[in-house]
Amino acid sequence: MARATLIALLALLALVCASLLAGVAGLDARALLTSGEGWELIRDSRLPRTLAALLTGAALAVAGQIMQLIAQNRFVEPMTAGTGQSAVLGILLTSVLLPGAALPVKMALAALTALAGSLGFFAITRRLPPTQPLLVPLVGLVYGGVIGAATAYAAFQADMLQYLEIWLGGEFSGTMRGRYELLWLAGLAALASYLVADQLSILGLGEAVSLNLGLNYRQVVLAGLVVIALVSGLTVVTVGMIPFVGLVVPNLVSRVAGDNLRRSLPVTALAGAALVLAADLAGRLLIHPFEIPAATVIGILGAAVFLWMLYGRGSHAA
Amino acid sequence: MIEIQSVSHRIGQAQILTDVSLRLERGGVIALAGPNGAGKSTLLSLIARLQPLQQGQIRVDDMQLGQCDDRALARKLAILPQQVNASSRLTVRDLVGFGRYPHHRGRPTAGDRARVEAALAQFDLGPLADRQLETLSGGQRQRAFVAMSYVQDTDFLLLDEPLNNLDLAAARSLMAQLRQLADDQGRTVVIVLHDINYATAYADRIVVLKGGRVVADGAPAETVTAAMLEQVFGTAAPVHSVGGRPVVLV
Amino acid sequence: MAGGRMLRNRMLLLALALLACCLAYLFTGVKGSWEFALMFRGQKLAALLLAGTAQAVAAVLFQTITGNRLLTPSIMGFDALYILLLSGMVFAMGAQQFLLLDRQWVMAGSAVLMCGAALALFGAVLRAGRGDLMRMVLTGVVLAVMLRSITSFLQRVIDPNEYAVVQAASYARFSRAETDLVAIAALLCLVALLAAWRMRFRLDVLALGPVAAVSLGEDPQRGQWQALLVISLLVSVSTALVGPVAFFGLLVTALTYLVLPTHRHAVLLPACAMMAGVVLTGGQWVMERVMHLSTPLSVVVEFLGGLVFLALLLKGLKQ
Repeated sequence: MARATLIALLALLALVCASLLAGVAGLDARALLTSGEGWELIRDSRLPRTLAALLTGAALAVAGQIMQLIAQNRFVEPMTAGTGQSAVLGILLTSVLLPGAALPVKMALAALTALAGSLGFFAITRRLPPTQPLLVPLVGLVYGGVIGAATAYAAFQADMLQYLEIWLGGEFSGTMRGRYELLWLAGLAALASYLVADQLSILGLGEAVSLNLGLNYRQVVLAGLVVIALVSGLTVVTVGMIPFVGLVVPNLVSRVAGDNLRRSLPVTALAGAALVLAADLAGRLLIHPFEIPAATVIGILGAAVFLWMLYGRGSHAA
Repeated sequence: MIEIQSVSHRIGQAQILTDVSLRLERGGVIALAGPNGAGKSTLLSLIARLQPLQQGQIRVDDMQLGQCDDRALARKLAILPQQVNASSRLTVRDLVGFGRYPHHRGRPTAGDRARVEAALAQFDLGPLADRQLETLSGGQRQRAFVAMSYVQDTDFLLLDEPLNNLDLAAARSLMAQLRQLADDQGRTVVIVLHDINYATAYADRIVVLKGGRVVADGAPAETVTAAMLEQVFGTAAPVHSVGGRPVVLV
Repeated sequence: MAGGRMLRNRMLLLALALLACCLAYLFTGVKGSWEFALMFRGQKLAALLLAGTAQAVAAVLFQTITGNRLLTPSIMGFDALYILLLSGMVFAMGAQQFLLLDRQWVMAGSAVLMCGAALALFGAVLRAGRGDLMRMVLTGVVLAVMLRSITSFLQRVIDPNEYAVVQAASYARFSRAETDLVAIAALLCLVALLAAWRMRFRLDVLALGPVAAVSLGEDPQRGQWQALLVISLLVSVSTALVGPVAFFGLLVTALTYLVLPTHRHAVLLPACAMMAGVVLTGGQWVMERVMHLSTPLSVVVEFLGGLVFLALLLKGLKQ
């Protein structure tokens, strides 16, 4: 376990170095040491971009893990179950109704609609029979689609379709110093969830077991939903929607590190960070000098992993 | 002591429990029996505050359900629900360890760990301790959950049909362990049982429910009679006395 | 079950409603030259009716072979596959070359290609998902996400400045359906509809499930393959005409089952096609002429269709 963590950390470090060096403007290690310009480039563009990818990945993976525990279902995550779509709707409405609002206000409203969206999702899924676990993600996808359609309608009415595409497709090409710092809050929210790691693990055993152990079930669920909403709102505002990270990463980590969050949550965060950074890096390198959005790269990779989960080894773990 | 006072409960249109009043004294094994849909599981989950009370009152010792601290209650009363999440990737040791959660709130002491190890040994879970729940058989998983309720170290232990999916040997050994908990440690075990013969063999007292009402209550020899079976289950099964205990011939 | 007379009356009503919608769409609010307006609108109307019929019939067929009324080809990613194929063609020959091709041939060719690809892909999904419906649905939905991601990947890899060519084909727009494709679309659609109509009695049997079908002497495998083939043709026609529409088929089939409670495909197929026509032309008329909205009808259909799905699901669970 410790060795696996070490290897993972080294891999992450290598990714970070690659991310700092890769980009349209050529930059090699030697030039970096000799010119001040190189440092500026790193400070203003490369480092923020790298940090943004790391924070987004870690926060999304943790949020996905929490959502799966609350739903007691391994096939849901905020971005495919209406939370992300609700956040987009929130931002859109804020931009239309309060065009002059400061970014933190927009973000807060996005988080609020995201919270409302996930409450709606759980209100529906509570009524689904536990014998059909795959209904839950399906309902999530349709629910997300309905909210997405409502959002598209609002966007058409307000003539803001082009913004919608920005929020819906997550990418990091516009990330710069001064434009990504909100993501630290998302990272912080994810970190805070580690404080209640035990409570969240118990949540995964179901409401009855939680109540039996004296857990304030509603309170813990609400706390979890707040983390999910914050992470969704913040990442959608700053980089846009990135699907599948919250789905695939917790599942893969759970196979290796189990479901005791006290042990697995740090691994989940690291793996999520690494995945999103790797996807961003791949998107930057594949058709250099053009870019492919990280969300697209992960859309392909994540879907493949999801299908493997559905049919491969351990598919009984629904 | 658990005191149930005129509890009624409905789910949607269906009346599940009607004016149930019961005193469950401390110590011993108390079985709840009755046909399907009699309200046994509902009564148990109401006692364990898994569902909010609609009508009536339940007291556990000096604690009034609905008004007392959940954590304090979790140190007084544990329930093993009928359906448990089987797909968890928690290890058996982790799961049993969570039974101590009401006591340590996330910061286990050496004493907590020692109790967990002792419980693992007592329930023959030692070799399985590092296996993940989803890799266990139904019976093994059931044992792990019972061990978790056990280390919760409560005066009252509530179990909802714990013998489901257990074979003869596993069922007998679980019942024997529960019996031992009551005899040696003075705990109170309230258990919903489907098979009335297990109830007569292991319980001190049998409470029979039908249609949401208590229709018989007392020691096995008094309650389990051919007349009761005819009245409650609507079946004419002969009852013989074997070694002082009534046995229903099926 | 509904009596024959009731079914006939309701079919008649549906036909009248469709006629009313078409007339309203053609003749209200004309400014300027009637000749031009009717010509222009007539073509658009034809495109709408074709696309609607194709989507509706494809949805009924798919629901029959999967034995589930919550599924449609669009939900399972059929139109995502079509757009991916189109993008693949642009990628393979370059946007300039692609634009030089005769559009009618492109449509016919991609329809054929679609049949092959859909049979391979969704045939495999149906086989793998046998006995586990939810898994199959989820596979389809995720597959759709994957296909869309690959499409957007391809579109980036093609010169990003040229990918507007394909993008134009990749979202639904009932308001400006591709009218110059109507002739070839009608031909393809007709072939598929004829095939579906010939299958109508066999479909009744297939709807009973594979076991019953076998015992009644109907090979479910064969029926499934044939239905998939027809569905692929219909989806490519409809997607080429109006772009992808996720929940339209679901909305229309749900409405049809509501109005005409029958299992007979001889009634269901034409009824569903008419219902699609009513929803599309009626909806388009309301959006364009009554409310003067710029929002595409597809967005509204998507919203309503999704709600219908959730309502059906929760209602089905209660029973």
